[in-house]
Amino acid sequence: MSDPVDNPSATTALDLAADIRSGARSARSVLEEHLATIEAREDEVHAFNLVLADEARAAADAVDARVAGGQDPGPLAGVPVALKDNMCTRGVPTTCSSRILEGWRPPYDATVVERLAAAGAVVVGKTNLDEFAMGSSTENSAFGVTRNPLDLTKVPGGSSGGSAAAVAAGFTPVALGSDTGGSIRQPAALCGVVGVKPTYGAVSRYGLVAFASSLDQIGPFSRTVADSALMLEVIGGHDRRDSTSIPEPAPDLRSVLDRGVEGLRIGIIEELSGDGLEGIAVDVRARLHEAAAALEAAGATVATTSVPSTVYGLSAYYVVAPAEASSNLARYDGVRFGLRVDAPTSGDMHTATRTAGFGDEVKRRIMLGTYALSAGYYDAYYGKSQKVRTLIVEDFARAYQDFDLLLSPTAPTTAFPIGAKTADPMTMYLNDVCTIPSNLAGHPSMSVPFGVGDDGMPVGVQVLAPATGEPTMFRAAAVLEAAAPPGHPAVGGTATGSAGGAGA
Amino acid sequence: MSDDTATATEIVPGWETVIGLEVHAELATATKLFCAAPNQFGGEPNTNIDPVSLGLPGSLPVLNEQAVELAIRVGLSLHCRVQRSVFARKNYFYPDMPKDFQISQFDLPINEEGWLELADGRRVGIERAHLEEDTGKSTHVGGGGRIHEAGHSLVDYNRAGVPLIEIVGAPDLRSAEDARAYVSELRSILVAIGASDGKMEEGSMRVDCNVSVRPVGDPELGTRCEVKNINSLRSLGRAIVYEARRQVDLLTSGERIEQQTRHWNEDEGRTHKLRSKEEAFDYRYFPEPDLVPVDPSAEWIESVRAALPMLPRVRRHRLAEAAGVDTATAALTVERGMDDLAVEAMAAGADPGRVLVHVENNLADGSGSLTADSFAALVAMEVGGDLTATQAKTVLAALVADGGDPAEVAAGMGFEAMDDGALEAIVDGLIAQFPEDWAAFTSGDEKERKKKSGFFVGQIMKATSGQADGRVVNQLLARRANG
Amino acid sequence: MTERISRSRISRSEVAHVANLARLSLTDDELEAFTGQLADVLDHAADLEALDLDDVEPMIHPLPLRNVLRPDVVGETSDRSEVLASAPSVEDEQFRVPPVLGEAP
Repeated sequence: MSDPVDNPSATTALDLAADIRSGARSARSVLEEHLATIEAREDEVHAFNLVLADEARAAADAVDARVAGGQDPGPLAGVPVALKDNMCTRGVPTTCSSRILEGWRPPYDATVVERLAAAGAVVVGKTNLDEFAMGSSTENSAFGVTRNPLDLTKVPGGSSGGSAAAVAAGFTPVALGSDTGGSIRQPAALCGVVGVKPTYGAVSRYGLVAFASSLDQIGPFSRTVADSALMLEVIGGHDRRDSTSIPEPAPDLRSVLDRGVEGLRIGIIEELSGDGLEGIAVDVRARLHEAAAALEAAGATVATTSVPSTVYGLSAYYVVAPAEASSNLARYDGVRFGLRVDAPTSGDMHTATRTAGFGDEVKRRIMLGTYALSAGYYDAYYGKSQKVRTLIVEDFARAYQDFDLLLSPTAPTTAFPIGAKTADPMTMYLNDVCTIPSNLAGHPSMSVPFGVGDDGMPVGVQVLAPATGEPTMFRAAAVLEAAAPPGHPAVGGTATGSAGGAGA
Repeated sequence: MSDDTATATEIVPGWETVIGLEVHAELATATKLFCAAPNQFGGEPNTNIDPVSLGLPGSLPVLNEQAVELAIRVGLSLHCRVQRSVFARKNYFYPDMPKDFQISQFDLPINEEGWLELADGRRVGIERAHLEEDTGKSTHVGGGGRIHEAGHSLVDYNRAGVPLIEIVGAPDLRSAEDARAYVSELRSILVAIGASDGKMEEGSMRVDCNVSVRPVGDPELGTRCEVKNINSLRSLGRAIVYEARRQVDLLTSGERIEQQTRHWNEDEGRTHKLRSKEEAFDYRYFPEPDLVPVDPSAEWIESVRAALPMLPRVRRHRLAEAAGVDTATAALTVERGMDDLAVEAMAAGADPGRVLVHVENNLADGSGSLTADSFAALVAMEVGGDLTATQAKTVLAALVADGGDPAEVAAGMGFEAMDDGALEAIVDGLIAQFPEDWAAFTSGDEKERKKKSGFFVGQIMKATSGQADGRVVNQLLARRANG
Repeated sequence: MTERISRSRISRSEVAHVANLARLSLTDDELEAFTGQLADVLDHAADLEALDLDDVEPMIHPLPLRNVLRPDVVGETSDRSEVLASAPSVEDEQFRVPPVLGEAP
């Protein structure tokens, strides 16, 4: 890490918490440094829908008071955190980057928000996203696009692009996103940071505004693997308010990080790694194989393997996720909260409100999902797609008989220019091809930065594990982090981000 | 119009009416089906609410264990198979419905394939009894209070998310009376097992009714219409009769029945069309991803079964056997909750016929402080001639009010068995006093005899202040006439 | 551009029907554009058609959990004024809506 005096924002959550807990630094001063970084670059990056400077100052002061009073300020004491703006915060607008939630202030906190607060974290703002987390570029926001802080002409990925950008820009050391088909891992890859999609049920979804309930998971962004481990330990574990929550405490991840990969069997998924799949860029493929070589050098055995049904993942995903979304998003009807466009009858008011309040991508997916569930089409689309999920789980299970972990690129390419893929939704959807299988299976996976592409922009490598396999997954991630070639120099705000930089 | 009193199986001669009912009952839990907000009737609007019952973004359902337990009780009481079940979303837009979908059960309900026995012993099939959540309530304001006129509506979500059991009956009912008997029996069961308070007037029990007609003897079922908005047993009967006649009228005038959902208008006494099958909602059911399957263990089911109280059907059979009557005759006593009292009184030696007569005629307002032993002793005094029927009724009322020993109560009221000699003297005095009436009584004209019998019994009762035993008086009059 | 077969996967009238079910209103141009885009996605999903999945169970949940239940104990309720403060229209402590036509199913 670079010198914290020169680059106060470039340090890690673990270091900050240690300094604040020991009294070496105050939470307030750490916060002010981060607010200053935000102040300097937020206008060009637009990571946030809302910066909560006053609330953050109050929270930081409370942490400092606890330290002064000899009380345990928590494992994330004074660590600035950014929240994707689809997690409920009591009394604070939660927009999902949609006009339809205009004016809504949730009367409750999401479980992850409560757990962050209990751990001493300081929420500095709510980050931008593709509306209702539907997108792969953070261009589908009612509040404008978020730019990749490493190259302002490029997208940060999505849908958690605001959180990825915030961490990459040094606005916060860590952030939370949500991942339904790659919405944490893909922007993490495009912004050169770590992003984790935990096992389905590992982190409570209570208070996460639902996109696709059987796929959604909350997870961390960070600049280091260890910080993501810390975040997961804080936000993970059973929550009785989520019926799909795994009834176990969060696993200890930090203690396994130094165990290495000696003896682990790691398989490169053929279907997601180039030879079997069009569209994986040559430079991304090259980094993947370098990553595999690094793991091998660290003592793992690496081989190529097949998980055949993953090729159907994209098709199944773009049926299942819209189907669930069409139902989850029915409640935005102008009655209880958010936007209302008046009309003579309630039925007309529902239609007028939803027509005005949702953007095109959301409308597209609602219609797709409505169609997939409608009479006469259910079996052909939704029914069949749920069966494909079973096939994918079975194929993964076979692969995990021979391998402890699997490997693939996170995204097919490095960050693409803003506007490049907005005209054709299908082209945009193809971005998720490598990340979707884990969501369909409910398995954990994470993106670790591994060098840069020919354009100088970051490349991410995806490590996949079976359900609840996070400890092993993090061991490999730590090895990749240590072995990675130099990343983009600006990650963490250590260099001045430049519009029209490399690859423009 | 006397539709509501129609009881004939054939509402229209030559036509059979086929009826199947869907009953929704609110379960008597402390909290809602998927959240910890109170399940309470009435109350200030929008007070029994939380993020889940308002369907706020980010909220998630968690299933109420007691609701499942009550559903299992219902299933077992209706002789259903209790099984692994999966919740599903039923999607439709309506302001009452906070999420604009209802969490219900679709292809895998918790209870399937049972039966319910009517008081007369006939069995009605139960197709399923599944769990689902209730909606909120909207009130129309302005524009005359009717929903198709202008104005606006106000929505209260206190009821949203209250647990419901929906009991779908097979189309085994054939008359309005059958349908009412079915609903009464179902209500008795739900109340007996503590599953619901069964109050139709408060809306905690609601009935939708599927009606079709076919010529008697035709094995094919006719096209059915579903009638909604039935708020009482009386409405149920009226709606069925109306609907059956409407359908027969259409068929006999050469028209076809269109499958429709129809609305019962209580004031107008008619149904009107809400929508046809073609306009039916496409509910887009799919498994609720926020909930996991419910798969009650055999141990759980058996412990629920073991704790079930005696059901009305069993009570009827028990009383019928004890009294030597049929189950239909035993039904009223069971309905009044006095079958334990009656069975115990009979076991203590009371004449079953007198017991049932008293329950039916003299205990409509409850048995109060009456015990089985004192009931039995009272009936014994009555049968033994120590008390007249009228006196017994009076003593019974006192026992209900204050309890006590029937012999002491009777004595305290001055009810002594009438001396036969004293009674004879009174009869002779009356014969002397009313010779013409007596001549008519003894004339041999049966009509005259009956007329004058009433006259003389009345006079004797008047003279004895009602203490004379009616049977003894009649015997005495007959003896005098023949002698 | 070659004529795409996918145009036949979903028709304009089907998209219009689906929009109506979803309470969305579309202009003619939107209807045209959405029809093409939905057809593209459904066309991509056509690769599933070749799969024989008759003996495969659909996956409803990623986790094998069952019987997740909560005790029937009354918990915290929301503050009515806080909830109503976020509502678009309120009258007499209730949510005010335009007249509701037709009955609930």
